Amino acid sequence: MSRPEVRIKDLHKSFGDNHVLRGIDLEIAQGEVVCVIGPSGSGKSTLLRCVNLLEEPGAGKVFVGGCEVTDPDVDIDAVRRRIGMVFQQFNLFPHLSVTGNLTLPQRRVLRRGKAESARIAAEHLARVGLSEKADAFPAALSGGQQQRVAIARALAMGPEVMLFDEPTSALDPELVGEVLAVMRMLADEGMTMMVVTHEMTFAREVADRVVFMDGGVIVEEGRPEQVVTAPRHERTRHFLSRLLDPAMAEVEPERPQGAGGDGPSPKRPPDPGLPDR
Amino acid sequence: MADTDMPVQPRRTGLTIRQRRRLSRGAQYVVFVAVVALVAVTADWGRLQNQFAQPDIARQLFPDIITVALKNTVLYTLSGFVVGLVLGMVVALMRLSSVGPYRWLASVYIEIFRGLPALLIFIFVGTGVPLAFPSVQYPGGIYGKVAVALGLVSAAYMAETIRAGIQAVPKGQTEAARSLGFSPARTMVSIVLPQAFRIILPPLTNELVLLFKDSSLVLFLGVTLEQRELAKFGNDLASTTANSTPILVAGLCYLLVTIPLSLVVRRMESRARREIR
Ligand SMILES: Nc1ncnc2c1ncn2[C@@H]1O[C@H](COP(=O)(O)OP(=O)(O)O)[C@@H](O)[C@H]1O
Ligand SMILES: [Mg+2]
Repeated sequence: MSRPEVRIKDLHKSFGDNHVLRGIDLEIAQGEVVCVIGPSGSGKSTLLRCVNLLEEPGAGKVFVGGCEVTDPDVDIDAVRRRIGMVFQQFNLFPHLSVTGNLTLPQRRVLRRGKAESARIAAEHLARVGLSEKADAFPAALSGGQQQRVAIARALAMGPEVMLFDEPTSALDPELVGEVLAVMRMLADEGMTMMVVTHEMTFAREVADRVVFMDGGVIVEEGRPEQVVTAPRHERTRHFLSRLLDPAMAEVEPERPQGAGGDGPSPKRPPDPGLPDR
Repeated sequence: MADTDMPVQPRRTGLTIRQRRRLSRGAQYVVFVAVVALVAVTADWGRLQNQFAQPDIARQLFPDIITVALKNTVLYTLSGFVVGLVLGMVVALMRLSSVGPYRWLASVYIEIFRGLPALLIFIFVGTGVPLAFPSVQYPGGIYGKVAVALGLVSAAYMAETIRAGIQAVPKGQTEAARSLGFSPARTMVSIVLPQAFRIILPPLTNELVLLFKDSSLVLFLGVTLEQRELAKFGNDLASTTANSTPILVAGLCYLLVTIPLSLVVRRMESRARREIR
């Protein structure tokens, strides 16, 4: 393994009394793709958001590309330029065209010129296959197209690491593939990626490593085929079985409480993750 | 309107829901026509025309009512609006600041100036301030004075409107901008405020219309002939001609501005609706 691009050391984070991250240690090598899986509320998003300091860690250290993100004196805006982030809800800027979404950050943050930023924007739109949507507004795009624009927007800043927080969870099932294809392309090109996802096929085929989180700790990690097909821990097995076949989950009987209630509701799978395809 | 939640079954009257609805709508037309007819018959149209619609007197008002009075009204309003917008923005950002004393000061300002009649603020600006600070001169003479008075009046309302607009922009927008390396100030200027202003365009325009009418309070600051605005101009000429026609014409001049303004805003609103979602 080459030098670690991301290094997380004994990371803790609490929201009030809610101790969400309870000592996370994780290293991601340059060019490595790590998928983070785990039940809803296990702290996956919080972990990801601590890497680019959208959340302030309570304790512990995070290094990205050799630079300590958690150093109080660090220029956090400069660090964030090197870390791209893709959100579940896309978060495109609705008042800007697709091209504007890609050029404004380059111009305002990287101080690139008009022509240069437009050229780089066009390049990345072509990479995600959306050149013909350059002048459209986000509201006119499908969810899959919006997410691809969001990826292109992050890439146009020339990041060294890309963070994905459930990038396909808000998409209609038939649009998931186009986004995963772009992510697979990035992985093949050697991008360092940290992906929170429930797409187990993607994890199995693209990830170099799968990390299973539960209750704010990393329960197990390893090669995808090992974690996904032969998990060592009961909690991982339980999670995966419910994820891969949500229809098998059993109704947990509820005592009827008061009149007029909704009655017992079937236990839903942990996250609205899509089943294996 | 009132009969939307009628039971599906025909009532004792034997009328179906459709018949009842038709009957109710017919009754509303009858009332409307009756009121209009009553007003038309009882009003003394001859005296009204004598007092309010003398073509000769109306003709005398031109061109001054446009080139002086309307022009001044527009100038007073716009300068007050600009001051109010800038001050309102500052107060709104103070309300949202992480510094406690700023928030406190902004709240005090808003509560005081929302609670005072515009007339008192005009008198305070016109006589109180020059009395207290004899060396202070309002820049731009009467225009400066009006801008400050109208600005103080409107800033409190605008601050609350702007704050609501800023808070209506989804948090994901700020997070996306920060993750791309935007500083907090840049995020506010490039991402949050443009979206907030689209949201608050209608209430801000309402404020402009209110200011347009409040500009008539300028007469309490003492103005020269050349500085008169629509209301004072109309009122002055009504007393010199002993006829109310100037009042009617001045009123029409107000509508000449406010009605197109509302139409423009409605157009902008529907366009913004198309672009954002
Ligand atoms: N901004 C926040 N304020 C308070 N609690 C939060 C916040 N963000 C997340 N949490 C809590 O932290 C826990 C982990 O959340 P999250 O990291 O989003 O989990 P996951 O992404 O694995 O579903 C949850 O219990 C959630 O309620
Ligand atoms: Mg999450």
